[in-house]
Amino acid sequence: MTETPLLQATALTRMYGKRVGCRDVSFDLWPGEVLGVVGESGSGKTTLLNCLSAQLEPSGGEILYTRRDGRQVDIFALSEGERRLLLRTEWGLVRQNPRDGLRMAVSAGANVGERLMAVGARHYGDIRGQARHWLTELEIDAERIDDLPRNFSGGMQQRLQIARNLVTSPRLVFMDEPTGGLDVSVQARLLDLIRRLTRDLGLACIIVTHDLGVVRMLSHRLLVMRGGEVVEAGLTDQVLDDPQHPYSQMLVSSILPV
Amino acid sequence: MYVAVKGGEQAIDNAHRLLAEERRGNPEQQEISVAQISGQLALAVDRVMAEGSLYDRELAALAIKQARGDMIEAIFLLRAYRTTLPRFGYSEPLRSDRMQVRRRVSATFKDLPGGQLLGPTFDYTHRLLDMTLLDDGEPSAQPAAERVGESSDGPLPRVVDLLNDEGLIETETPADERDVGDLTRESLTFPAGRDLRLQNLARADEGFLLGLGYSTQRGYGNNHPFAGEIRMGEVAVEFVPEELGFPIEIGEITVTECQMINQFQGSEQAPPQFTRGYGLVFGQSERKAMSMALVDRALRASELGEEAENPAQDEEFVLYHSDNVQATGFVEHLKLPHYVDFQSELTVLRRLRADFETASGPVPEAAE
Amino acid sequence: MNAPTSAKSLAMPAETKSAETKPAEAKPRQEAGYNYAYLDEQTKRSIRRALLKAVAIPGYQVPFGSREMPMPYGWGTGGVQVTASVLGPDDTLKVIDQGADDTTNAVSIRRFFAKTAGVKTTTRTEEASVIQTRHRIPETPLKAGQIVVFQVPIPEPLRWLEASEAETRKMHALEEYGVMHVKLYEDVARFGRISVAYDYPVKVDGRYIMRPSPIPKFDNPKLDRSPALMLFGAGREQRIYAVPPYTEVRSLDFEDHPFEVESWPRCCALCGAKDSFLDEIIVDDQGGRQFVCSDTDYCEARRAAGHRGPA
Repeated sequence: MTETPLLQATALTRMYGKRVGCRDVSFDLWPGEVLGVVGESGSGKTTLLNCLSAQLEPSGGEILYTRRDGRQVDIFALSEGERRLLLRTEWGLVRQNPRDGLRMAVSAGANVGERLMAVGARHYGDIRGQARHWLTELEIDAERIDDLPRNFSGGMQQRLQIARNLVTSPRLVFMDEPTGGLDVSVQARLLDLIRRLTRDLGLACIIVTHDLGVVRMLSHRLLVMRGGEVVEAGLTDQVLDDPQHPYSQMLVSSILPV
Repeated sequence: MYVAVKGGEQAIDNAHRLLAEERRGNPEQQEISVAQISGQLALAVDRVMAEGSLYDRELAALAIKQARGDMIEAIFLLRAYRTTLPRFGYSEPLRSDRMQVRRRVSATFKDLPGGQLLGPTFDYTHRLLDMTLLDDGEPSAQPAAERVGESSDGPLPRVVDLLNDEGLIETETPADERDVGDLTRESLTFPAGRDLRLQNLARADEGFLLGLGYSTQRGYGNNHPFAGEIRMGEVAVEFVPEELGFPIEIGEITVTECQMINQFQGSEQAPPQFTRGYGLVFGQSERKAMSMALVDRALRASELGEEAENPAQDEEFVLYHSDNVQATGFVEHLKLPHYVDFQSELTVLRRLRADFETASGPVPEAAE
Repeated sequence: MNAPTSAKSLAMPAETKSAETKPAEAKPRQEAGYNYAYLDEQTKRSIRRALLKAVAIPGYQVPFGSREMPMPYGWGTGGVQVTASVLGPDDTLKVIDQGADDTTNAVSIRRFFAKTAGVKTTTRTEEASVIQTRHRIPETPLKAGQIVVFQVPIPEPLRWLEASEAETRKMHALEEYGVMHVKLYEDVARFGRISVAYDYPVKVDGRYIMRPSPIPKFDNPKLDRSPALMLFGAGREQRIYAVPPYTEVRSLDFEDHPFEVESWPRCCALCGAKDSFLDEIIVDDQGGRQFVCSDTDYCEARRAAGHRGPA
């Protein structure tokens, strides 16, 4: 099973008219591996994430994913139905703003239970039990299961969004600036939690961020992007401690004083 | 007891008799004629024709009379009649550039070939009630209007065509080779083409379009519009009978056309240029034509790569809610009996109340 | 599934269904100046094509070119167009609103067809070959060969969860129905039970989620494997859908919170029925109440057979 990478991107390119979104991006992601993608805004990292998570069709290149059943599939050769199924079973997607990833008008329990119901769970008690379990895992008091997310703090909303994704035991989670917009102390706690979960659950993860502190803490490997292209790739420690590309060097030096 | 559901037939008959009496009003007074409505309430007739989608002054006037002046009811009457008419074909596109123009104004050029032609307009009247109209007789003698130049001598070039020569405004190209859609024959699906959108807007409620158009001017999707040209007058309707194979003129109708010119920053594909919003309405109704043009442009947001975040830019929202015959029916259907549904709600509510009183809160988890 | 049979009865609505005509009203003459059953034949044909498609794909909403009818949208224009398209000269029509034949809108629609199609009308469920209804299914069990036409205000079951038509069509196509249960989950979490009282969502033939129109959930079990053909028309929303005879119709629920129907602690004040849907009537200004059958034909038939209630 570990013979093939979980996700394999080859020469991935996305153009907006004549403007480059991302160009010629290739990498392999292995099960349980956390990959960080860093770069400043406009570097193409969000475009790359949207392509990888099948929300945006690339203009060129290929994304292969190895499903739970062992079959390797070309994401954009799948039917839309199969793609959407993948997104709510084997994949997770954590957005920067939890409001975009949650149903704000229904309770925390329903938010967590939705994916289960989407794949056919029809036992209220079981769904509720699972919801309680995942709320607890994400350090949310299970007593708040019937509260609306709008009454949660920003950090709790983000943890709720993660719980909502984890309930179907995904194998690959995409995260877009998961700690953006949170207080520093809240960020630290969330990062800690994400690190524990990815490790305990053996989750593979692709995290897009402009914050080198986030990738230093979470990711095994790193892609540095600029102008839509990957300028440097390697083990996180290696890239951060000994950047080769002038842009990486600038990026690292600008963050180090903090 | 048990009268609630009985006597429906008789009640309906009585109601209709009462309605007929009320419609006639005081029998001492002379009955208003359809010709009077058509001649003296001409703008009401225009609106009923436009939103009723049927160009027939006499029937529209009849509908207004029968509806006791309720415009939406009159529109509804005309629509219901229109459905029963056989359809023997589609006319050629109207040539508004060949219009016999009675009114034509442009806000974008001080003067232009053919000039500005004020025509019969409320603009610049002072809105003072004219007490002389209170008398039934003729209004106090006024010099006859200057008839010279009342309408254009020949076709007037359209302002947008003048801009087009310079390439400053987008070219209108027919969407595709397909026939123009007809939403009175097929159900509306989304995304709707511009043909269906314009048809929908042409039939849309004037007040609804006015409100939406207004909203775009107040920051809910600004188009930066200029009234490039508004013209009103008579255009020929041409039809190609199959047996002839060439177009013949089958009549003349009055229409109001509005071309709004809007700013556009350009995109990767297109250079910066003006874009268009279009309005065309039966009869004389600048308010509707202008509102329609604003909303048409707003609905082109996605096509032009603009953010579409406001109500006027939301195709489903606008097209599904613009029709006043549909809207009035559904709003007013709330007065039909709903007592079965209400009974079901009552039953559920009583159970929920009982649960609440026994548990004083949601049913505890253990009970599930 | 019995689609071929029902398709046949759709294509040939004229086949005689009931010989007994005694209590039916005398057959009135057809109104001059209008086509049979008001709509022109081409329109009726296009509606029948939509109906055939609807029968072939149970529960699927078929778009159709809804016409402007001489009654307001929301007042049964969808049902009227469907009825007009399946009604033949030998049919016997029953029209009910809230279960009653004598409510004003039912009267109005029945008269419309008596006038434009000259068909026999009846109030007796077992005599009718076509029953147009708003908000109820008759209590008298339906038979094979009967057609029930429902008036539908909002056909889309996902509408309150997703406003965009383009998106809901995609959700149906991909069978993405998780969000329906989110709504039911919320009910149970908040109230301890599913609180939907009418227009209770169902799954048809294991595939499409469908709104049964605003019938009380009490009537939902009557949809399941009914021998009659069920046709649904939404005029304003331009959709037609169908449940063919003997098709499974399941009301959505949870295994541990199963679907249940309303029940009353009392019987009909007039006929004593314990198995029918009861309307509550306020009988005096002290708030005195009485419960009587919503289905007037059922109640009258029972009383004619000698049943009496406490009133």
